[in-house]
Amino acid sequence: MAGELPTTEFDDIPEELLDELEALAQERTEGHVNMVQLLDEEGRFHHRSHFAERASAWNGDELRGLYRDMAMIRRFDAEATALQRQGQLSLWVPVRGQEAAQIGSGRATLPQDYIFPTYREHGVALTRGVELGELLRQFRGVSNGGWDPTETNFHLYTLVLAAQVPHAVGYAMALQRDASRAAGAGRPLPESAAVVAYFGDGASSEGDIHESMVFAASFKAPVVFFCQNNQWAISVPTQVQSRIPLHNRAKGYGFPGLRVDGNDVLAVRAVTEWALERARSGKGPVLIEAYTYRQGAHTTADDPTKYRLTAEEESWLAKDPVTRFEKFLRAEGHADDAFFAEVAAEGDALAAKSRKDVLAFEPPSLAEEMQNVYSERHPLVDEELAWHLQYEAGFADADANAVEGGH
Amino acid sequence: MSKQIFNLPDVGEGLTEADIVAWKVKPGDTVAINDVLCEIETAKSLVELPSPFEGTVLELLAPEHETIEVGSPIIAIGAATDAAPAAPGPAPVSPSASPEANDGGRAPSAPAVPSSAPSVALPSVQPPAGADGANAPVPQMHEPGVESGPLVGSGPKADAVKRRPRRQQITAPGSSLGDSAAQQSEAQPAVPSGTAMGINGGAPQAAATPEADNAVARLLTRVLAKPPVRRIAKELGINLADVPATGARGEVTRADLESYQVQREREIAAAPKFWEPAKKPSDQRIEVVPVRGVRKATAKAMVDSAFTAPHVSIFVDVDASRTMEFVQRLKKSREFENIKVSPLLILAKAVIWAAARNPSVNSEWVSTPKGDEIHVKHFMNLGIAAATPRGLLVPNIKNAQDLSLKDLAVALNDLATTARAGKTKAADMQGGTLTVTNIGALGIDIGTPIINPGEVAIVAFGTIKQKPWVVSGEVIPRWITTLGGSFDHRVVDGDLSARFMADVAAIMEEPALLLD
Repeated sequence: MAGELPTTEFDDIPEELLDELEALAQERTEGHVNMVQLLDEEGRFHHRSHFAERASAWNGDELRGLYRDMAMIRRFDAEATALQRQGQLSLWVPVRGQEAAQIGSGRATLPQDYIFPTYREHGVALTRGVELGELLRQFRGVSNGGWDPTETNFHLYTLVLAAQVPHAVGYAMALQRDASRAAGAGRPLPESAAVVAYFGDGASSEGDIHESMVFAASFKAPVVFFCQNNQWAISVPTQVQSRIPLHNRAKGYGFPGLRVDGNDVLAVRAVTEWALERARSGKGPVLIEAYTYRQGAHTTADDPTKYRLTAEEESWLAKDPVTRFEKFLRAEGHADDAFFAEVAAEGDALAAKSRKDVLAFEPPSLAEEMQNVYSERHPLVDEELAWHLQYEAGFADADANAVEGGH
Repeated sequence: MSKQIFNLPDVGEGLTEADIVAWKVKPGDTVAINDVLCEIETAKSLVELPSPFEGTVLELLAPEHETIEVGSPIIAIGAATDAAPAAPGPAPVSPSASPEANDGGRAPSAPAVPSSAPSVALPSVQPPAGADGANAPVPQMHEPGVESGPLVGSGPKADAVKRRPRRQQITAPGSSLGDSAAQQSEAQPAVPSGTAMGINGGAPQAAATPEADNAVARLLTRVLAKPPVRRIAKELGINLADVPATGARGEVTRADLESYQVQREREIAAAPKFWEPAKKPSDQRIEVVPVRGVRKATAKAMVDSAFTAPHVSIFVDVDASRTMEFVQRLKKSREFENIKVSPLLILAKAVIWAAARNPSVNSEWVSTPKGDEIHVKHFMNLGIAAATPRGLLVPNIKNAQDLSLKDLAVALNDLATTARAGKTKAADMQGGTLTVTNIGALGIDIGTPIINPGEVAIVAFGTIKQKPWVVSGEVIPRWITTLGGSFDHRVVDGDLSARFMADVAAIMEEPALLLD
């Protein structure tokens, strides 16, 4: 033990830098100073920003559609959380509180755009037309994915923090190269598309993000970095990870960064549409920091009461994206009680269907899993499979258990 | 109408048990899907369990405030017509799920999921009854007594780890389970070339030759024990040969040693006072507190944290003017002639005083095969971090709690002199229970000290200098210092560390409190 000796550590930040950081951090505490917000917490629409014009153009159907999506994903999320508590899912990643950030940004995308989600983008999945029950396959442990990304341009969930962001930039650079190759060959240009890379405030600390932003800036890649700052990287508050508001980081890479009220679905959609149009037109990346809040646990294996205060949670409940938008729709006369009742019933039906889907999932067979090793059949895989099937058949209870890879 | 049973799910990732805190339903109640049935507490959190079924509660199968294994049935729900006046009383949990049922069955619990986890499919070997060490050294995956189980999210239900029976059992005479891999190979087609299926991975090691074993056995004429266990035995003055061994190949485990120690301890009545006299054997001066439940989980989480060591540090500004006056008086007193007196002396005394009032800071975190323990030390071996020609050393003053102020001053001087001369012995640095580091001596205001391994608390002493201070509404110059403390969060929570530091600070502000 004598070999291991105590050491002493000191915080050695120079005084001047502290002052500067302090000044920048003020922006955060003021919150709304540099934040695009169209709907205030009471659901009142303000024309403070040039983005207001864009939002003003949306008709009643579009507005009700945004509400419907948010309410549906909230109901689905509650059902999935219950399914985990009932032992039907190994894990669930609740999205409650971030509906506006997800629905608003998802609705801003066009079909030809490509989305790289984290593991919490259930709302975005809904806007892309992914069958929601399919999201649960991975969380039940019967699939490594669950849906075919080529059908919806909604990539499979990435569980490794920030790992999808370099992929997103690579995809965006490939879009550029496809276009220039088509131009060189005199073929018609593909429809101009952009990529959205989702990540959180926690992932923003990962090196992948830095590398991605450097490449995206250098090549003016058509990518929108969409950071949902939900204030907590599991138990670590954002202030610990960034001394300045996150969107300011974009300046250092040389592309625009802005903060949007992530609980204001109109603002999120307007800002994301703008950023995507800009990207598709060849002007390069944008960083959007959607300032929002994870109302629930990081995952069902987390207990947020251990690291944050009830007062904080309550202050964010007052900013809830769904109730805020409901107030707006009612006040503007876009929706009535009948509409909200209908959406609630639709949500219950979705929840019931998702529950049924989950309980009916079949575990994959070993044969199927082994066929995923290579894109085409491979003699070695066939040989190993044959050996293993014979091995499995050697158990006395083999007849009772169909070969399920040992389960 | 069928009875629907809800088994306790794993609501976290890899949890194995939970306590039912409160039932929210009773037999006869009608429930719908997702109605809350009960509240459970796991090592991670307090959560509500929603009902997976619709119908009438028939029976509560698990009592409140008892630890239930994941997978055990907790409630029966049937259609309304099924409702029978069933007793709500506690029902025994399923025997297959109780840990005791598996205890003797190390061998059957060997992994039997080769296809999904080929790399961990080495056959585990039942430790032989004999202690001759003649058995083939087959690698073991787990510590003896540690139940294997899912470590991460394991699907809707935790798989029971059982060995599946084979169609053809070819039992060689005297074969142990270690040979099972070989048996399986015989009954099977050739393994495909270019692959190494895990199920065969154990075979080469299992085939160690008897000659080699004998050679090993000849070398190992002494009792088997790992070096840390030997060290503890030496420190406790226990002859390892006296300790009944339960480990693999007759190895004396730490658990064996500790249970032997506990047995010896029982013969002597516990002393009523906290500080135990130095003349008693040290094993009687360590109080063993088993580490369970949330404490256990908190501890593991703290250790596993990739970002930080489980330190929590707190700081307090102290008006040490009275301490400075006291030190000046001591310097002038005849009693302390030729003895160097510094504020560190008062701090040392304050730490000892405060530790007795908050005993958990004077303890050690000990991991044993049967679980973690906190050893609360009823004696103070006060470590003093000292800059020496050999680098930073932390010799300690043994049984500092017994020393008078003068003796403590002498001990501090001796310790410093010895350390500066580079003559500190290894024994002087062992067995410390709490450390003080005087970074103020280097003109530093305060820093975050790092806990000396084997302890759970360290106090850092910043420089003392005159600063403007508000006393009774007026700003006047006072001698101010800052105390910093770091605590092992596995053992010492925030409130306790705060109380301890407040006690230390109180003495520095008013040394006269030491008199009471």
